[in-house]
Amino acid sequence: MTDLVSHPDEVRVVSKRFGKGATNIDRYLELDGYKAVQKALGMQPDVIVNEVKNSGLRGRGGAGFNTGMKWSFVPKQSAKPKYVLCNGDESEPGTCKDRLIFEHDPHAVIEGVMIAGFAVGSTTGYIYIRGEYRYLLEIMQKAIGDAYARGFLGKNIFGSGRNFDIYWHGGAGAYEVGEESALMESLEGKRGIPRIRPPFPAVVGLWGGPTVINNAETLASVPHIILGGADWFANLGPPKNGGTRLFCLSGHVERPGVYELPMGYNLKKMIYEVGGGIPNGHKLKAVVPGGSSCPLLTADEVDVSMDFDSMMKAGSMLGSGGVVICDDTTCMVKFALRIMKFYRHESCGWCIPCREGTDWLEKTLTRFHSGGGLKKDIDNIQYLSENMLGRTFCPLGDAAAMPTISIVKKFRKEFEDHLQGRPCPFEKEGKIEQLPVMAV
Amino acid sequence: MKFSDQFEQRFAEMLTHYPTKRSVLVPTLLFVQDEVGYLSDEVIEEIAQRLDLTELEVRNVISYYSMLTTRPRGKYNVQVCTNIACLLRGGEELLEHCETKLGIGHKGTTADGLFSLEEVECIGACSWAPAAQVNYDFHENLTVHKMDKVLDEYKKRATQ
Amino acid sequence: MADVNITIDGKKVAAPAGTLLIEACKNVGIEVPSFCYYPNLSLQGACRMCLVKVEKMPKLQTACTTVISEGMIVTTNSDEIHQARKSMVELLLGNHPLDCPVCDAGGECELQDMAFSYGAAESKYMEPKNHKEEQQWSPVVYFDRPRCILCYRCVRVCGEGMDVWALGVQNRGVSSIIAPNREDHLQCEECGMCIDICPVGALTSGAYRYKTRPWEMKHVGTTCTHCADGCKTTLAVRRADTGMEIVRGDNRDKSGINGDFLCIKGRYAFDFAHHAERLAQPLIRKEGRLTPSTWEEAFELIGRRFTEIRDRDGGQAIGVVGSNRTTNEESYLLQKFSRLVLQTHNIDHHRTADFPAFAAALSGKPDSTASMRDVFNAPAILLIGSDPTEQHPLLAWQIRNNVRLHRARLYVFNSQAIKLRRQATAFMQISAGMEGKLAAFLSGEESSVEALVSQAISRDAWIALRDKLRSEQGLVIIFGSELRGSDISSLVKFGSGIKEAKFVCLGDYSNSRGAADMGLYPDLLPGYHRVTDAGKFHDHWVAMPQAAGLTLPAMVDSATAGKLKGWYVVGANPIGRLAIDPFAFSRSFVVAQDMFLTETAVIADVVLPAANAYEKSGTFTNTCGDLQLVKKAGELTGTKSDFEIIVRIADAMGYDIGKLVPFGRGITADMGQSRGAQSGEADRHAVWLEAHGLEPKMSPFDPMAILDEIQRLVLGYEVSRMDLLAGNDQHTTLSGGGGGALHDPNLIVPAHDDLFSSGTLGRYSRILNSVIENRHKQPEETEVAAD
Ligand SMILES: Cc1cc2nc3c(=O)[nH]c(=O)nc-3n(C[C@H](O)[C@H](O)[C@H](O)COP(=O)(O)O)c2cc1C
Ligand code: SF4
Ligand code: FES
Repeated sequence: MTDLVSHPDEVRVVSKRFGKGATNIDRYLELDGYKAVQKALGMQPDVIVNEVKNSGLRGRGGAGFNTGMKWSFVPKQSAKPKYVLCNGDESEPGTCKDRLIFEHDPHAVIEGVMIAGFAVGSTTGYIYIRGEYRYLLEIMQKAIGDAYARGFLGKNIFGSGRNFDIYWHGGAGAYEVGEESALMESLEGKRGIPRIRPPFPAVVGLWGGPTVINNAETLASVPHIILGGADWFANLGPPKNGGTRLFCLSGHVERPGVYELPMGYNLKKMIYEVGGGIPNGHKLKAVVPGGSSCPLLTADEVDVSMDFDSMMKAGSMLGSGGVVICDDTTCMVKFALRIMKFYRHESCGWCIPCREGTDWLEKTLTRFHSGGGLKKDIDNIQYLSENMLGRTFCPLGDAAAMPTISIVKKFRKEFEDHLQGRPCPFEKEGKIEQLPVMAV
Repeated sequence: MKFSDQFEQRFAEMLTHYPTKRSVLVPTLLFVQDEVGYLSDEVIEEIAQRLDLTELEVRNVISYYSMLTTRPRGKYNVQVCTNIACLLRGGEELLEHCETKLGIGHKGTTADGLFSLEEVECIGACSWAPAAQVNYDFHENLTVHKMDKVLDEYKKRATQ
Repeated sequence: MADVNITIDGKKVAAPAGTLLIEACKNVGIEVPSFCYYPNLSLQGACRMCLVKVEKMPKLQTACTTVISEGMIVTTNSDEIHQARKSMVELLLGNHPLDCPVCDAGGECELQDMAFSYGAAESKYMEPKNHKEEQQWSPVVYFDRPRCILCYRCVRVCGEGMDVWALGVQNRGVSSIIAPNREDHLQCEECGMCIDICPVGALTSGAYRYKTRPWEMKHVGTTCTHCADGCKTTLAVRRADTGMEIVRGDNRDKSGINGDFLCIKGRYAFDFAHHAERLAQPLIRKEGRLTPSTWEEAFELIGRRFTEIRDRDGGQAIGVVGSNRTTNEESYLLQKFSRLVLQTHNIDHHRTADFPAFAAALSGKPDSTASMRDVFNAPAILLIGSDPTEQHPLLAWQIRNNVRLHRARLYVFNSQAIKLRRQATAFMQISAGMEGKLAAFLSGEESSVEALVSQAISRDAWIALRDKLRSEQGLVIIFGSELRGSDISSLVKFGSGIKEAKFVCLGDYSNSRGAADMGLYPDLLPGYHRVTDAGKFHDHWVAMPQAAGLTLPAMVDSATAGKLKGWYVVGANPIGRLAIDPFAFSRSFVVAQDMFLTETAVIADVVLPAANAYEKSGTFTNTCGDLQLVKKAGELTGTKSDFEIIVRIADAMGYDIGKLVPFGRGITADMGQSRGAQSGEADRHAVWLEAHGLEPKMSPFDPMAILDEIQRLVLGYEVSRMDLLAGNDQHTTLSGGGGGALHDPNLIVPAHDDLFSSGTLGRYSRILNSVIENRHKQPEETEVAAD
C-alpha cells in the first residue's frame, strides 16, 4: 500500500474514498457506490454526453480534450460493436495517480467505464493496466468479479434489461502503449505501434469498432459528475477546466505525494504550501509541470494557474499531473539526458525522426554530460529536436523534443558550463569520461 | 507444454474476453513468463500454436515489451528506477549500490541465480521516490540502507 | 467514383474520391518523395519523407496517408517542407554506414537519391554508429542491418504480397530490426521480392552481391524460361570470357504481366546458363565414344543419315521429339521441318496439359480464354486442381492479390489443402481423382454429386455452391492437368452458362502452350488443325504426308520393334523425364540437341550444343495464351540456337531454305539479337532503318521471318506486331483454331515441378540446389533482444 498524504487545500472528489477500504464492494456501496450507474441507467445517452461535456471534464491522460465532446464523436449507428477502453497504462515519468485510483477505488473506474458505455451505446469495456502494476490487476480482477457476482455487470444489470461486460487486460512494459492507438494494438495482441489517423478511434477503434478511450482518472471522475451534476463539477475549476486533479508531487520537495487539488490551483502554492517547499535550504530551479513530456518551467515561471489553458499560455502543458520539482543542485544537462534516455528506450521505432532522433540526441547528450561537448552540439541538439517536433508519426516524438527544446533554451548557460574538457559542475567527483572515438 | 492449472484456467477465461484469439497474447506471455521464468523456445512454440500465430509474430511481440524476456533471469529481478523523479532523490546511487552489492550490472544475473538487476524506466512510484521493484513488489522511499535490508530479506526468503 | 477537386502547388487537379494525395500528385507529374509508401501495399506513414503542407492543418501532413478531399489546397514544396525532408535524410544517415562504394545498391539506391536531392551532405553526427554484423538468411538473401532504413517494404511484400509472412520486426526503438522467421535464417518461398523492393542495400541477393556495379550492366527484358506463367524478367548481363554472362534477374521496371513479381526461378535460376557442364561443341559418337567435332562435320553427318533413312525407309522411320522450352518460332519450324523435310508426322513432345481437348471444347467460342492480367482483375475465380503457389507462382500472385486488393471471390477445389485456400471464399477438399466428377457435376450431371459428397460437404452444400458459382459474372475458370479430355468439355459446358466466363488451362513449362499451339503433335498441325483436314496448310505444304503420325509412346514401340531408325530430339529429355527405356534409342541414329549431356543426349550419336531461351530471340506463349517476346541476353560461344540448327540441317539435307523460312519479305527484321550482336550494332541499324521507313532485310536465321508465317497461318495469333515488338504481351486465343482433338488422357504427364525445381534445367542451377539443401537447416542460438 502506498502512503497517502493530505493537505487542507485538497478537494477530494476522485480520491474521496482513498484509504477507506472501498476495494471491498460492500464498503464501496456504503460510500455511495454504484449509485451513479443506477442513475445513468435512467438517463438518455445524449443527456449523459451533455452532462459530461458541460462539466468541463477534460482528459486526464495528458492531452486535455473535452471528454463529453470526445464521446459525441462516436457514431450512433455502427455495424461493428462499440467499445470503451480505460487507459491505465500510466507510464509518463512523474505520474503515479492512476495507480492510486486502481488501488483504492477500483469500482469507481468500473462505474466510469459503464457510464461511458451507456453514453455511446457500447456494452463492452476493457480496463488496460500496465504490466508493472500486477497487484492492481489482481485488485481489478476481484472488483470486476464482485460486480458480476452482484449483478452490477453482466446481463440485465440492476434489473434494467441492459447488459454490460468489463474485462481487465494487462500490459507488459511499454510506455508507447499508453498512446491511444498503440494501446488498441497492444490490446489486440500486437506490437504497440500507433495507427494511422484518421480514422480516429471513436470511429474505427478496437477490432474496427468505434471506441472511446479515456484515462483512468477521467473515467473515475465521471460517476461523481453524474451524481453531483455538471455545474457542481465545472465550478470546482476555472472556466472550461472542470473538476479537480490528482497532482503527483515528486522530486526536491519537502512533502511529496499525490494531492487532489482543484483545477487551476497555483503551481507556486502547490510547491511551497502543499508540498512544503524545497528541502535542505535549497532553491527552486525548474519544474516539470505535467510529466516528462512537457516543456519545463523555470523558478520564475511557476506563479501560474494549473489548468490546461493557463499552462498552454505559459508555454507548457498541464499534461498528466506529474509535477517534478528540481532544486538548484540539479544538473539540467543530466536531467535532459535522463529524459532523452527514456524516450530513446520507449520509442516504438516506427518512424525515422523519433527512432533516429532520440538515439542521436541521447548519444550527444551523453557525450556532452561527460565532458565531450562541443559548442556546436548545443545548436545541434536544438536543431535535432526542432526537426522532430511536429513531424513524427505519433506525439512521442514531440514529447521527447519539447522538454529538450525548453531545457536548451532556458538553461543554455548550463550547457556552456559543460563544454569540452570541463567536468560536470554538479557532480561531486566531477569526472570527465573519455571523448568518443569519432570526435572531430 | 504443461502449465499450471491456474494458468490454464486464466488462459481459458481470457480467451472468452475478446473477439479475436490473439488479443490475449500480451498478458498471456507475462503470465507464462511468471511461471516458467522466461519465454523459452518451447513456450513460444506452444503459445504461437494455441493462438494460431507464427512463432515470428510471437517473437516480434515479445521483443517489443520490456518486461518480456527470452532469457532466464534470477529468481528475484531487482528493478531500480532511475527516471527523473527517482534520479532527483538518489535513484542512480541506489542502482550503483545494488551493482556493487550484487556484483552485477544492468541485465546481469548473480552466479547463484538468485538476483538479476535491471535499470528501469519510471515505475509509477514518483511521489515515493526513489523506488525499486523486486519481481512485482514495490519498494519505495528507499535509501541505500533500506535497499540492503530488502535484498537481505529476499535472500533469506530464498533459503527458507 | 466521383472526382474530387483539389489544388496542388497552384494547379487545379481532379482525381477520383479515395485517391491518396501522393498518387494524386504523381498523376500530375509532381513527385513527392517516399521510402515507405509503396503502391498496393498497406500504408505506413513511417518514413515521413512525403510531408506536405495541407492548408488548414497545423502540422505538415504525410501525403501517403492523406486521402484527398474536396477543396484541399496542397503545397508540396517550400522551405519548411524541404527542411523537413532534409532532416529525415540526415537522421537516417546518422546511423547509416555510408558504405556506398561497396554496396550492391550503390547507384540504384533511393537513399542516395534522396541525399542528393535534399542536400543532406553535411555530417552533424559524430557518435560511433550502431553496428551489427551482416547476416546471411538464406543462400539468396543477405541482410545488412546498418543499411536498413526500416521502411517495412520487405515485411509487407512478403506478408501481404506473397502471403508468406517470413519477415517481421524485432525489438523496438532504435534497436528495431527486420527479422527472419527462423531466428537466424529464412524459411520461405525465396522469391527475393524483399530484395527487389528494398530501396537501399540492406537486403542483397546471394546470387548477385559484389559481382558488378549497376552501371556496368546491360539490361535485357525477356521472358522467363522456367514455368508456364511467362513472367517478364529483366536480365542484366556483362561481358565474360565465354560470351555474355547473365549476372542478375529482376523486374524493376514492372513492365510485364507480372508487374513487380518474380519467383525464385525467374529471379535467380538463370545460372544454369553458366554451368560448367554446358556443351559448347558438337559431339559425334566415334568408336562408341562421344567425341568433340565441328559443326560442319555434324551437319554433314546428320544431313546424310536423315536423308538416307527417309529415302530408304520413308519418313515414318524417323521420330521427332520437340521441346516445351524452345520458342514458338522454333517449335513451328521444327514441325514444319519434320513434315516437309523429314516427311514425317511422327512428332510429339512431353505433354503436360490437354490443350488439344481444350481447343476442341472452345472451338467456336470467341474470347473465352483469360489472360494473366484478367486473373488479377476478375471479380471471381474458380480454381480446380493444381497448386499454383508451387507450380504457377505468378498465377498464384495474381489470384492472391486480386483477392486482397479487389476483393475477388475465390473458389478452390483441390485434393490437397493448397496454400491458396487461405484466400478462398470457399475451399472444398475433394478426393484425388474426383476432379472429373466435379466438372461433370458442375456441367449439370446430377448423378456425379454422389462421388463428391463427404462428411464435410453435403449434397445440399454442393448444390448451393454450384448455384453460387452459376450466379457469378466474369468468372475465370482455371484448371490443372487433373482435368483432361471430356472433363474439359464438361467444364466448358458449365462455363458457357455463366456470363463472360473465361478459362485458363494450366500446362507446366515455359512454352508448353506454344509447343501445343505450334503443332508438336502427330495428328495436329499448328492451330490444332487435324493433319487429315489441314485446310489452308495443304495449300502451302503440298508435299506433306497424308496420314497422321505416331505419338511418342508409339514411336518408342516402333523403335523397339526396329522400325523407327532415326530420332531427332530437340530440347527434350524423354529418357530422364518420361522414364522411357533407353533401349528404344539404342538401334537408331539419334540426334540430340541440348544444353547438357542429359540422360537422352548421352546415348545419342550426335549431340548438338544448343543455346537456351536467354540466348536467343523469338516468342513464348504462356499457359494463358499471352504471347510475349523472348530476347537474347546471354551468349555462350560455340552454341547455336535451335532455330539456326534446324535450318542448317534442312540445308544439309538439300532442302530449299526459302521454302522453310520465308525470309526476306517480312515487315521487320531480327534486331540483331539472334546473331549475337551484343554490341548493339544491329540494333542501331534496325532502329535507324525503321525510323526511315525502310524495310530491313531478314536472314533465314531470323525467327521473326517465321513469326510472319505463324501470324498468317495460326489462328489466334493475329495480334498486333507493333505492340508485341514494343514489349507488350498480346493475348492469343484458341477459339478460332482447327478444332483440336481428344487424345488418350494418359499421354499427359505432369512435370511435377515445384517452386524450387525446373525439370532437367533445374538440376543445373546451383542456386536452386543450394536453396533446396538449405531448407532443412535448423536455427542457431538467438541473439539477445534489445535492452
Ligand atoms: C506517447 C504517449 C503516451 C501516453 N501514455 C498515456 C498513459 O500512460 N495513460 C493515459 O491515460 N494516456 C496516455 N496518453 C494519452 C492517450 O493517447 C490518450 O490521449 C488518453 O488516454 C485519452 O484519455 P483522456 O482523454 O481521458 O485523457 C499517451 C499519449 C502519448 C502520445
Ligand atoms: S530491409 Fe530494406 S525494405 Fe526492409 S525495412 Fe529495411 S530498408 Fe526497408
Ligand atoms: S511515404 Fe509517407 S511516410 Fe513514408
